[in-house]
Amino acid sequence: MRHGKYPFIAGFLAAPAILYLVFVIGPYAQAFQIALTNWRGVTAHADYVGLENFSRIFQDDLFWKAMRNHGEMLLAVPLLTIVLALFFAFLLNVAGKRRAGSSSGLPGSGFYRVVFFFPQVLSIAVVGVLFQVVYRPDESGVLNGILGWFGAEPVGFLTEPGVALWAIMGVMIWSGVGFYLVLFSAGMASIPKELYEAAELEGAGRVRVFFSITLPLLRNTVQVAWVYLGIGVLDGFALVQVLSVNNGGPDGATTVVGMQVWQNAFAYYKFGYASAMGVVLFFVVMSVTALTLRLTRREQLEY
Amino acid sequence: MSSIPDLGRRDLLKGAIAAGATLAAGAALSGCAMGGGSDDSGPKTAKGKRSADNPFGVVPNSSLELVWFKGGSPLYLADAVNPLFKRKFPKATLKQSSSERLSQTLQPRFVGGNPPDYVDNAGADALDFGALIQDGQVLDLTELYEAPSIDDPDKKVKDTLLPGAYENAITDGKPYALSYFTRAFGLWYNAQLFEKEGWEAPTTWDDFLALCKELKKAGITPYGFAGKNAADYHTTVLLASAAKIGGHEVITDIDNLEDGAWKSDAVIQAADAWAEIGAKYTSKSFKGLIHTEVQLRQNQGKLAFYPSGDWLESEQKEATTKDFTYAMMPVPSVTTADALPAHAIYATVGGGWTFIPAKAKNAPAALEYMRMIMSREGAQAFTKASGWLTTVQGGADGVELPPGMAAAQKAIDTAAKDNSLFETKIQTWYRPLSEETKGAVLQLMFEGGTGRQFAERMQKKADEIKKDSSVKKYKR
Repeated sequence: MRHGKYPFIAGFLAAPAILYLVFVIGPYAQAFQIALTNWRGVTAHADYVGLENFSRIFQDDLFWKAMRNHGEMLLAVPLLTIVLALFFAFLLNVAGKRRAGSSSGLPGSGFYRVVFFFPQVLSIAVVGVLFQVVYRPDESGVLNGILGWFGAEPVGFLTEPGVALWAIMGVMIWSGVGFYLVLFSAGMASIPKELYEAAELEGAGRVRVFFSITLPLLRNTVQVAWVYLGIGVLDGFALVQVLSVNNGGPDGATTVVGMQVWQNAFAYYKFGYASAMGVVLFFVVMSVTALTLRLTRREQLEY
Repeated sequence: MSSIPDLGRRDLLKGAIAAGATLAAGAALSGCAMGGGSDDSGPKTAKGKRSADNPFGVVPNSSLELVWFKGGSPLYLADAVNPLFKRKFPKATLKQSSSERLSQTLQPRFVGGNPPDYVDNAGADALDFGALIQDGQVLDLTELYEAPSIDDPDKKVKDTLLPGAYENAITDGKPYALSYFTRAFGLWYNAQLFEKEGWEAPTTWDDFLALCKELKKAGITPYGFAGKNAADYHTTVLLASAAKIGGHEVITDIDNLEDGAWKSDAVIQAADAWAEIGAKYTSKSFKGLIHTEVQLRQNQGKLAFYPSGDWLESEQKEATTKDFTYAMMPVPSVTTADALPAHAIYATVGGGWTFIPAKAKNAPAALEYMRMIMSREGAQAFTKASGWLTTVQGGADGVELPPGMAAAQKAIDTAAKDNSLFETKIQTWYRPLSEETKGAVLQLMFEGGTGRQFAERMQKKADEIKKDSSVKKYKR
């Protein structure tokens, strides 16, 4: 058996490697190449224009609006999602009454765990359509219907420039919390019970336990969550496409780079320009990821 | 002509080496975008004997291949015209196919030099018409439009069409498209409701404002459009007001990207007039609704006037109740000194992208087929089956139309008599500019914008496009 081992293993590795090359690396490389052309997507012609597409991007108002929106979302969405998920995970796993030395969640935590996970089961398009109804700008909308009972004027959640991006971020957070709650719960389950016992013997309250034991030992999980959420926020296309007014409006208030790529490629047939935006986005995502990992790097805690 | 794809590929590969891109990526791009160009020169057209009855010289037993766009509805045009063709050329073979995704289906055939004879190029996934023309893939239809018409041999085909239809077939000085479908745009309302309440469709702005006031008092939102996805419906009525105030040049100047075209008095005055409607007589909530939601509110009697093209009536068939009858009125005149009369309307007369490929194997038969489409018999059969209007004069005679379409047809007929039909080309020529109008009208109508602000915003975008050397420019 030893004789044919390497060809055997190589055979297994080759298939996924080739698939990856053809369907992932190939299109990536092609996007970099198309970004240097003025290809319109439908003709045989594509002339090389050098870096012209990239210099255009720097003068594109909507692109910069999209980048600013990404910036705001990068500040708000990961932070709020992680804080909420940590809070709920702590309540569901650790914050309950302690009996015979073992900690557990609040009463009914099994039920809530399932409920919090619901949004994760829905596809993002379904979530979008759901929130169309929630945010609808007249009395037939869920939120405005409730506001109407109190005699308030309907609010244009997705039409007011100052509110629209927050409304969309709210959906991102709502649909994200459940997943990270489960992720953090798994992390909390792996924290040894003795640590909690010891803390309890020392007389630590729940808040102290959270900040001195749970959070430091979850550090790696939180870091992963931050990177995932950061990448998710730099996409955001599907929700913006379904929810926003006039594709990323009002006036670019909710637009994202993905939306701009889509608009330029499939509405304006500027595939070269759209590819250049994609390339820029690629580097932004890489930088944000590298930066997050770098800033949060610390000695591993052994326990 | 057929060497163009080859040249393109050579340039591309040269560039690829210059840019230092990987060989694999280069091969991949040329692989998916280019394909091999064929080297046969000129169309291998079958030519028969020409006669007064057969002006293009169709070979009676030849074969004609038609490719149709298949949307949600039946192939009305094929069903109307195929019998006429079979009647005249019983020995001919008609091959036809249809697809929802024409671009993917046909692109390889064009690159390979083996296109069909007739392409009903429409739908969201149509072939890019401008790109095809640039590539020399589209047959010049001058021969068709100059040929004697079927109904009256003393008249050329182009003279049997509504005014403007022939001009709309032209790109870069030559007619390339079958200029056939007609759409009227105006303000739609419920005729039964108006009759019951004793309201009349206003023709002047003062009457319009007075009626809006009355409607508001009756608890009905006077005017509204869907801000979320159909703000361009309002663009058509705003430009209609501008064209009425200042005449056809207002629109042609905008289309030709003339300096200061958007800042003309007519545009500012029209935008200001509509800004008042936006401030007083619409509901802010419409900014966040999609077209079907707003249209439903009109059917429910919550909205009086809605701007739209004449597809509205059939689109809303399911939601229309017994006490709702669609009627269309032209946008009221803004001033008493308007350049165009009150009955002038925004209408797309023909245009479109249906064409005969330059390398069609049986171009004479395809030309004859188009001539039949543009005959009165063909148009009437089509309109009868589909309820859609055509550019053929008298094409809807003797056809019973639903009430809304009948109103649209009447409006077109009235306006066509004294050359009061107009339309803008920016949606076809400069898509980023027409997208900008959406944001601009939302600002104007829902955020307390002014006419000047609107004009300046649009002018800025137009100037940007004019300066952009990568955008192909058109003139009309």
